[in-house]
Amino acid sequence: MTAAAFTAFMPFTLLGAVTIAVMLLIAVRRSHHLIALSTIVGLLLCCIALPLAAPASPTAVTPLFIIDGSVTYYAGLVFGSALVVAILSYAYLDGATQAPREEYYLLLLTATLGAAVLPASVHFAAFFLGLETLSISLIGLIAYASPRERAAEAGIKYLVLGGASSAFLLFGMALIYADLGTLSFARIGVLSHAGSPHDLYRAVGVAMILTGVGFKLSLVPFHMWTPDIYEAAPAPVTAFVAVVSKIAVFAVLLRYFILAEGQADAALRAGLAAIAILSMLGGNLLALLQDNVKRLLAYSSIAHLGYLLVALLAGGALGIEAAAFYLAAYAVTSLGAFGIVAQLSTPESGRDADRLRDYRGLFRTRPFLAASFALMMLSLAGLPPTLGFIGKFYLITSGVGAGLFWPVAALVAGSVIGLYYYLRVLVAMAMPVPAESAVAAPLWFGNAVIAGLLLLLLAFGAYPAPAIALIRMTVGATTW
Amino acid sequence: MSLLWLLLIPAVGGVLTWLVGARHPDWPRWTALLVLAIDLLIALTLIGPAVASGRTAWIASLDLPWIPQLGISFELNLDGLSLVLILLTIVLSLISVVISWTEITDRVGLFHANLLWATTGVIGVFLALDLFLFFFFWELMLVPMYFLIALWGHEHRFYAAIKFVIFTQGSSLLMLVAMLVLVFIHQQATGQFTFDYLALLGTKMSPSIAFWLMLGFFVAFAVKLPVVPFHTWLPDAHTEAPTAGSVLLAGVLLKTGAYGLLRFVVPLFPDAAHAFAPVAMALGVIGILYGALLAFGQNDMKRLVAYSSISHMGFVLLGVFAWNALALQGVVLQMLAHGVSTGALFILVGALQERIHTRDMRLMGGLWGPMPRLSAFGMIFAVASLGLPGLGNFIGEFLILLGSYHASVPFTVIAAIGLVAGAAYSLLLVQRAFHGQASPHPGTPEPIDLTARHLAVMGLLMLAIIGLGLYPQPVFDQVSPGLGVLKGYGAAFASASTQFAEAAR
Repeated sequence: MTAAAFTAFMPFTLLGAVTIAVMLLIAVRRSHHLIALSTIVGLLLCCIALPLAAPASPTAVTPLFIIDGSVTYYAGLVFGSALVVAILSYAYLDGATQAPREEYYLLLLTATLGAAVLPASVHFAAFFLGLETLSISLIGLIAYASPRERAAEAGIKYLVLGGASSAFLLFGMALIYADLGTLSFARIGVLSHAGSPHDLYRAVGVAMILTGVGFKLSLVPFHMWTPDIYEAAPAPVTAFVAVVSKIAVFAVLLRYFILAEGQADAALRAGLAAIAILSMLGGNLLALLQDNVKRLLAYSSIAHLGYLLVALLAGGALGIEAAAFYLAAYAVTSLGAFGIVAQLSTPESGRDADRLRDYRGLFRTRPFLAASFALMMLSLAGLPPTLGFIGKFYLITSGVGAGLFWPVAALVAGSVIGLYYYLRVLVAMAMPVPAESAVAAPLWFGNAVIAGLLLLLLAFGAYPAPAIALIRMTVGATTW
Repeated sequence: MSLLWLLLIPAVGGVLTWLVGARHPDWPRWTALLVLAIDLLIALTLIGPAVASGRTAWIASLDLPWIPQLGISFELNLDGLSLVLILLTIVLSLISVVISWTEITDRVGLFHANLLWATTGVIGVFLALDLFLFFFFWELMLVPMYFLIALWGHEHRFYAAIKFVIFTQGSSLLMLVAMLVLVFIHQQATGQFTFDYLALLGTKMSPSIAFWLMLGFFVAFAVKLPVVPFHTWLPDAHTEAPTAGSVLLAGVLLKTGAYGLLRFVVPLFPDAAHAFAPVAMALGVIGILYGALLAFGQNDMKRLVAYSSISHMGFVLLGVFAWNALALQGVVLQMLAHGVSTGALFILVGALQERIHTRDMRLMGGLWGPMPRLSAFGMIFAVASLGLPGLGNFIGEFLILLGSYHASVPFTVIAAIGLVAGAAYSLLLVQRAFHGQASPHPGTPEPIDLTARHLAVMGLLMLAIIGLGLYPQPVFDQVSPGLGVLKGYGAAFASASTQFAEAAR
């Protein structure tokens, strides 16, 4: 490894160091405040290190990783989102007294590390290692000890289904390796471009990889686990699953799709288009029936990942930009929405404040959180003046530009269906206050994070030019 | 710069009213009044001759960079058409604040904030000339309107509000797709990726693509206008909305649909619009008759007024697709007169409901006795609505029929039948509610007549409708340059339709 590679990889090394430091600190002194604070500071340092270490030109770090503009952007999103989750977790776990709270942050850090290296992966080995680091930490986080009814069940479910999907992924990689003799994305692209287009090994391999990735991104028809896990996991962990893991896996999928462009054959494109359409329609239709806010948001996240696939299918400079913008918009909005759920919940009560009736009268009892939640819903629905509106516009632009008729039609139809359930939440919040309310008192720093997210949502929703400039500077400048 | 102020003042004013709402319920009311009064003053200073220079007739314009990466700029332009519609918007918003003084007692701050934000969105729609900016404002006015209906409406408010949003949003996304296709076609032809209206005018494309794109725009505006068969959201939304919401919906939001047809559909796709004109005019005529027929059958007074809106907007559609000078002037006047007369009728229904707690005309009758002032105003605006000469609606409908006669005689003849139907339902309303035997209201105290606040508002609206009816020339002077330019964009349409008229003769 050269010095340049070391520098470029520095943020990730730093995160590893922070993880070890936090682990040692737990051994020395068990203090929730101290551990949470060091986690937050550590993640903050990683965020700062990222632009400082960003190389001028793409830098290969071993054959496994490459650090370029798009890594800076996506890893930045991952670190930033993890930071928000860490602060929200601190506010959330502050109320817990029975379970040990310190190891939670350790798992959070390792999961973040796994997620952060995914956008930098250019090799199946790195892809798989990053994904497993992320998934195994997530099992622990989802089932994190608390008097919750179904936490352990959800953890086991994720373990079994996640294991199965990893097996699919591995088998797919093995088939491609058997066919082409390489694990590097770029080599796969070159070789499969040169090889015959009707290669059974490769076709099956790609299909299996798509299955594994589809599970992680919770795309229809691999989405069954999503609502159960989202509902049973503690709200900050749900935010992490919904945002950080999705960003990371989508970023690596984007890189694989573009680098191994030979793979982007007609069959694969048709398959992806079908998955996208099913996710957009299925996610939105299933969300209509939900009375649980976390399940509702779970189905809505399925639909949003479907929207994102439109940008992936569109490809080209516009598609890549649109995906980058929409991921950021999705991250801000989902972190905000789940963050508000977390702010209203306490681990001691056995369940989060996630039923729709918990939200009745919120406009009166918690006006700030209710107004923020309303704006998050409007952003998810794609209404102005929010980030989600610009993001959806960007996606439709890229889809129309690439002439994707059916995916764009499904996007439009899905958006219209989605309005119904997003607005239902607003209606619930506007109803009279019920006699008894299971809503917890929010802590000020949690609210401060929500306020920050709200500011991003509105500022870049009204004036998105700087955000687009940033994307052009990082992701757009990447030569794939 | 005054155009920016026109938008910023109600937008910021909305935040302000929300904040002061926590202090005292009267503060947001006064704040909203003040904000709208300032906005009205700014709009009034803009009245004046337009500088018509070939393709444009702007009174004022503004162009700021917004999202340069995507060829989107914050481009506002004001011509006479925009100006009169903006004046109507601000005046009706001002009136909405006044008539909500006693009706809205719950979350007063938020109510007025939404009112002002809806006004902002509508003003933006009338000003924006960048296609994306237009779409932004088009969507922006939806959200506060949704809240106005869903939070302060009547019995079935949630159903009505969600239906309103889904209809509007679904159609406007189709418009967005059509917009984008247009932009990409323009980019392929010129290499320039832009949403600028003036640049996109006259983009060359094949007739079949132009037709589909025109349809994409048309559907969005047809839902807002509304055109039968896209009208089903309107009776629900109007009926369930609070009075101020109904006034804004009928008076202002419907006009954005007509404005969109005038500004975008015909100028951007003149040939396709011309090919589509017979269908559109047929839809307009169907709307006139169908709206009148349904209005005739209603027992709910508010629903009656709502269906009469569909009928009146049918005239607007007919006039737009006749696309000649007479019809277009008629369209503008019909929009203004409908805004005033229907707004006034909704205010009266709201006042009645506040007093006798029902909108059902079967339970009314003989109201002239206890409430002579309210009933008298009711009759004036009912006969305005049926198109009595001397009042504004007459001029609008007359000019539209005159113009459409040049374009199509059969449609004009059938549309004229709508005037008779209009007389039927309007007079029925007067007869059932105000005349006849007073129906007993056991247990309710004798209703009191209109108070000074309502009298002032109704007096103002009455003056407006009489003014429009007796001396509409200032309005025509103000809008003619802008309409002339628009007519120039649709030149292909105009020449074709003249030929058509000559052939008809």
